[in-house]
Amino acid sequence: MNEIVRVHHNPLSALGQPVWHWEIPVYLFLGGLAAGVMIVSALLARRFADGGADASETSQRSPWGRLMILAAPAALWLGMFALLLDLDLKRHVLRFYTTFQLSSPMSWGAWILLAIYPATLLFGLSQTTESERDWLAAKLRIGALRRILEGLHSWAQQRQRTLTWANIALGVALGAYTGVLLGALGARALWSSSLLGPLFLVSGFSTGAALTMLLPLTHREHALLRNWDMIAIGVELALLALLFVGLVSGAQAGQRAAALFLGGRFTAIFWALVVVAGLVVPLALESIEVLRRRRAALVAPVLLLVGGLALRWILVVAGQSPLG
Amino acid sequence: MSAILRKRKKRYAMAMDMRKCVGCNACVLACKAENDVPEGGFRCWVEIEIRGAFPDLKQRIVSSRCMHCADAPCVSNCPTGASFYSEGGAVQVDPDKCTGCKACIAACPYGARFVRPEGYVDKCTFCMHRVAKGKDPACVEVCPTESLVFGDLGDPESSLAKLLARRQHETLKPEQGTEPHLFFLS
Repeated sequence: MNEIVRVHHNPLSALGQPVWHWEIPVYLFLGGLAAGVMIVSALLARRFADGGADASETSQRSPWGRLMILAAPAALWLGMFALLLDLDLKRHVLRFYTTFQLSSPMSWGAWILLAIYPATLLFGLSQTTESERDWLAAKLRIGALRRILEGLHSWAQQRQRTLTWANIALGVALGAYTGVLLGALGARALWSSSLLGPLFLVSGFSTGAALTMLLPLTHREHALLRNWDMIAIGVELALLALLFVGLVSGAQAGQRAAALFLGGRFTAIFWALVVVAGLVVPLALESIEVLRRRRAALVAPVLLLVGGLALRWILVVAGQSPLG
Repeated sequence: MSAILRKRKKRYAMAMDMRKCVGCNACVLACKAENDVPEGGFRCWVEIEIRGAFPDLKQRIVSSRCMHCADAPCVSNCPTGASFYSEGGAVQVDPDKCTGCKACIAACPYGARFVRPEGYVDKCTFCMHRVAKGKDPACVEVCPTESLVFGDLGDPESSLAKLLARRQHETLKPEQGTEPHLFFLS
C-alpha cells in the first residue's frame, strides 16, 4: 500500500477539487446549441433556396424555421455571461481581445465568438420579410432604424450565399472548438482526446436541431431536421464508443479515466442520462416517427437537449475528479 | 577568454536531492514569507510518500514547486499571453494580463498554480527578483540540508550542471512531454 502525505499543497489543482464549476458546462452547452442552430438554419435555408422556384407546399417556410438563427446569438450571449461569471478577474475580460494566442484554443474561441454576432444577425435579417422589419422598427420606435434595417437587409440578401456558408463555417468552428478546448488539456486524462472536438460538434448540431424541432415548423422542415438529427445521433454514439476505445487501449491514466464510466462513480448517471435517455431513446422515437409516419412529439427534442447538457456537465466534472 | 565572451543561452533549473531532504518545510515557509503568498496558496510544498507494507516501508520526501517546463502547457493554453517564458526559460504570470480563466490550472500536470484572492493566478517564479541580484531563490537559501540547488544549465561550469552530470536524476510525469526543469536526485 502506498500512502502520500502532502504538506501544504494548492488544494485547487492537485487534490481533485474542480478548477471549473457549473459555468463551464453551461457555456459549453449553450455554445454547442448556438453552433447547432447556426448550422441547421443555414442548411435549411440552402435546401429551401434550391427548390424556391416552385411555389408548392413543400417550398413553404415557417416563420419560426426562417428566424430560428436569431436564437444562436441569444444562446451565445447567455453562455458568454456564464463564462464571465467564471473569470476570477472579471475586469480583465477585455484582455482576450487585445491579443491572439495561436496555441490556445480559448483564444481562438474568443475571436470566433465575436465573429458570430454579425454573421448570425445579418443572416437572420436577410431571412425576414418586409412586414417583419416594419414591425421591428415600429416596436423599437426609432425612426432611422427602418432605413438602416432595409439597407442592411438588401446588403445581406445580395450576399445570401456567402452568409450561409459563413454561418456553416463559424458554426462548425464554434461547435468543434468547445471540445478542442478540453482536448488540449493533456494533464486531464479524460479530456486529452482529439475526439472531443467532433463529439461536441455533432452533439451541438443535434441539440440545435432539437431546439428548432420544438417550434411549430412546416412538415418538410421538421422532416429534414429529424433526418439530419438521426444521422448526428448515430455519429455521436460512434464517437463516444471510439472515445472509450481510445482511453481503454491507451496509457494508464486514460484507462483509469475510462473506468470512471465503466463501473466507477459516473457509470450510472452517464449511461442512463447521456447514452440511453439522451441518445438511444430519442433515436428510437425519431425512427418510430419515420417508420410509422407518426406525428412528431416533443419528447425526443427535449431528451436530446437534456442529454446534450448532461454530456458536457458529466465530462467537465469527471475530467477534474481524482482517478480511482 | 573567447568562451566566456561567447553569448550563451541561460537556462535556469533546479535540482532537489531526495537523499538529503528531511521534510522540514523551511522551503515552504521561506517562500511564503519572501513572496507574500496568500493564505491557502502555495508556490512551494513538500510531499511525503510512504510505500510498502509495515514493517517493510520506504519513505520518499520531495520539496516541489513549478517545474518551469520548457514546453509548458500552461503557457500554450493561456488565451491572453499572461503566462509566458521569461529570461532563462522560467515560466511567469503577468497579473496585468491574467483574467483568472484557470485554463493554465487545468493544463498543469503538477498542480503548481493557484488563484490569489485578487483574482489572478500565481505560482513559483524561481524568485527571479532575487536571482536578478545574484542571489539564490528563497527556498534554496534556507534549506538546512542543502538539498536544493539552483543554477544555470546553460553554463556547464555551474554547480547545478556539474551536479546533474554526476548524479542520477529524474523528472515527474515525463510522459506528459512538458520537459520539466526541476530535477529530482536519487
